Amino acid sequence: MKPIEAKNVNVYYGDNHVLKDVDITIKENSVTAFIGPSGCGKSTFLRTLNRMNDYIDGFRKKGKVYIDGKEIYEKKVRVEELRRKVGMVFQKPNPFPKSIFENVAYGLKIHGIDNKYEINEAVEKSLKQAALWSEVKDKLDKPALSLSGGQQQRLCIARTLAVKPSIILMDEPASALDPISTAKIEELITELKEKYTIVIVTHNMQQASRISDRTAFFYLGELVEYGKTSEMFTNPKEKQTENYITGRFG
Amino acid sequence: MPAIEPELQALKDNVLDMLALVRNQMIKCKEAIHKNDVSLAEEVIREEKNVNTQEIAIDRDCENILALYTPVATDLRLVLATLKMTNDLERIGDCAKSIAKFLEEDMKGLPKHWLKDFALEDMLETLVSMLKDMGEALRKEDTKMALKTAKRDEQLNDYNRKAYKTTAELIKQHPDSSKTLLTLFSLTRDLERAGDLTKNIAEELVFHIEARVVKHKKSK
Ligand SMILES: Nc1ncnc2c1ncn2[C@@H]1O[C@H](COP(=O)(O)OP(=O)(O)OP(=O)(O)O)[C@@H](O)[C@H]1O
Ligand SMILES: [Mg+2]
Repeated sequence: MKPIEAKNVNVYYGDNHVLKDVDITIKENSVTAFIGPSGCGKSTFLRTLNRMNDYIDGFRKKGKVYIDGKEIYEKKVRVEELRRKVGMVFQKPNPFPKSIFENVAYGLKIHGIDNKYEINEAVEKSLKQAALWSEVKDKLDKPALSLSGGQQQRLCIARTLAVKPSIILMDEPASALDPISTAKIEELITELKEKYTIVIVTHNMQQASRISDRTAFFYLGELVEYGKTSEMFTNPKEKQTENYITGRFG
Repeated sequence: MPAIEPELQALKDNVLDMLALVRNQMIKCKEAIHKNDVSLAEEVIREEKNVNTQEIAIDRDCENILALYTPVATDLRLVLATLKMTNDLERIGDCAKSIAKFLEEDMKGLPKHWLKDFALEDMLETLVSMLKDMGEALRKEDTKMALKTAKRDEQLNDYNRKAYKTTAELIKQHPDSSKTLLTLFSLTRDLERAGDLTKNIAEELVFHIEARVVKHKKSK
């Protein structure tokens, strides 16, 4: 099954036509990187994949988005259920002003899980998956905001993982982190792809080339080129892609 | 302009310099034969270290560019192609040195027509002109011109093939000189190899510019 498939997606914010006929199929258990200059529509497209744009003023969408073969903009789709399946990690770590434990347990509770044992286990498992467990296991009741930025970001990843998504969308998840935290997140992403389908927006070309299997280059709302990362970074087909990745833009 | 641009331009310039240096070595070998002047051969031997120094300097520049600028796409291919080109050029330089060494030691006592029989001067002439055109092709990043120039390595192959017969015949007539004759033959083979290496340079330019690998494809 194709985890993500977009057909002819057009997005408008009022009169601003920000995505133009985007067609893409994303493979499962792989990392796909979205790259492109600021304002080209990467975040908008990412958010379109779990309906995070729905409440933005003037947002309109044409075309179809399928997750696991199901059109997600159909009336009968329950958005909370969709977002559980398609988790999201943002550029700035955004933990709640609660304990470390509560942050991870939060999603479970929302989804109606109240068995204490089950919650404890899921929290531990998620923190381990997010490579944070050893650093926080003795202070789970401490405020999440007392963690460093890199730890907070891994906490948010743990929070996303706790509700067992199959797809994880990440919008510049390491852009505010130092090289060591960045390396940890990258390592984590590489591990997670065994079980999840991951889409990551990044401005860091080396990051895209290091961790992604496929890369999609967006420019002015269009998907200019999409293919194997190794090919994109050695021999891109389009001149625009080449200019962008070699830093010769505009 | 991205910061890598001047670095890449310097790399291209340095490869052209190295090519000119190697070509000069070949010109001196040719002149040494033409003018029967051993001092030119000695110059070639003395200057061979300049070729090596240049190779090492360019390799170091490539290393730095890779480490500091993490080039991709065409930039990456340029650096990779450059590494191979300098290796080719260094080996062409070695060939000039072998010829110069031979001339330095043996030219004086050699029967006059042997150098002619082996067509060493003609081979050098062909190689020098190939290197000249290859430099021009590199400068213009003209892959067509480079591949056309590379074709002329067949002339060197022909010379080398003829030299084989020449060697066999001359050894029959002068069995006492077989060692010298075999050395002469091996020099024609070195020149034939230098033609191949020049051809490699064309292939590396194609890889850099067109991302196409032409190596190991038999062209008729
Ligand atoms: N909430 C919004 N309301 C109106 N317009 C928006 C909104 N968010 C984004 N846009 C517009 O949509 C276009 C695409 O923005 P988007 O945030 O998707 O770009 P991006 O590729 O993620 O850029 P960056 O790399 O800077 O994050 C831009 O022209 C932007 O101004
Ligand atoms: Mg964005």
